[in-house]
Amino acid sequence: MPQFNIATFPPQIIWLAITFVVLYILMARVALPRIGNVLSERQEKIDDNLEAAEQLRTQAKADADAYSSELAKAREAARLAIAEATLEVSADAAQKQEALGQRLTAQIKSAEAEIDKAKANARTSIRDAAIGVAQAATQRLIGTAPAEPTTAAAVDRALQARS
Amino acid sequence: MAEAHNPLAQFEIKTLIPIHIGGVDASFTNSAAFMVASVVCVSALMILSVRSRALVPGRWQLLAELAYSFIAKMLTDTVGKEGRPYFPLVFSIFMFVLFGNMLGMLPYTFTYTSHLAVTFAMAAFVFVLVTVVAIAKHGMKFFSFFLPHGVPIAMAPLLIPIEIISYLSRPVSLSVRLFANMMAGHTLLKVLGGFVLPLGIFGVVPVLGLVAVSGLELLIAFLQAYIFTILTCIYINDAVHLH
Repeated sequence: MPQFNIATFPPQIIWLAITFVVLYILMARVALPRIGNVLSERQEKIDDNLEAAEQLRTQAKADADAYSSELAKAREAARLAIAEATLEVSADAAQKQEALGQRLTAQIKSAEAEIDKAKANARTSIRDAAIGVAQAATQRLIGTAPAEPTTAAAVDRALQARS
Repeated sequence: MAEAHNPLAQFEIKTLIPIHIGGVDASFTNSAAFMVASVVCVSALMILSVRSRALVPGRWQLLAELAYSFIAKMLTDTVGKEGRPYFPLVFSIFMFVLFGNMLGMLPYTFTYTSHLAVTFAMAAFVFVLVTVVAIAKHGMKFFSFFLPHGVPIAMAPLLIPIEIISYLSRPVSLSVRLFANMMAGHTLLKVLGGFVLPLGIFGVVPVLGLVAVSGLELLIAFLQAYIFTILTCIYINDAVHLH
């Protein structure tokens, strides 16, 4: 087996030492610090970005909260305004209705009074006519006209009985 | 021809540039060539890909970052914060073993991790380093490591030798596991490959086997690098925290 040929040991071990020391120096002095820097820079960048994102998220949440509270306030104000307007409108309507009712009542009353007056007038003229008719009829029937007061009394009695 | 069919021929160390320093053979071999190739590939991946330092990584940068995070997580999971100083070492070990294994999966390449000399040198280095760190950190208290907590004192004469043997066998198990896995896999591939042409039309069967075993070998190449690295992490944890 070539592995157990002692004569080949020294050159192998010598070159192992040389190449390994070179590799070690290159890795320890150049490659690994450089890669380490790249990795830590990236980690920092990622951390920074995450932090910024977290801040933005908090900001956005605060904005959203402010927005919703503003919205709730506006909604409350609107509700109050609507209630007030409704109250005003209904009060106005009630007032108008009452005025209308009063006017109507007054008109009804005056109309009734007019009717009463007309009724009284009619009654008076009917009585006068009846008196006239009764006197004229009696004149025709018996040739003499009864006295005015007597006829009036008789007509009154008859009217009384009718109404 | 006999040479080409020998499944162990692929592990032959071939000298490319003979170098001798003070009577010691320091020749540049095929093994050394692939070690250099690994260092070049790892450095290219880890340095060039991150040149733009892009905030959003491209494919290569992502690969480099994944390797970085993978080992960093492994180290913090096993050792914790105190493992930080050992990160470049653990990372280099992982990449060196992984690329050694993976480059070896390419046809006609040499797998330096299939050599016990290499794996044992790495394991011994880890072992010595961990022991030195443990003694430097805990002084004499380090030797309490060999008597686990809550053990009746009567058991000590039995347990302490066992613990010492288990501690000393760490570099052996660490290096033999990697070397044996890589060598066995590559030998198996070579043996299977040797069946393809002689079987003629039925050579399809070993080809299917080759495809399956190659997939398995890729998994093992990664897994063994992972095991070598996580055991290193566990040893560092023992050294830093004792029990």
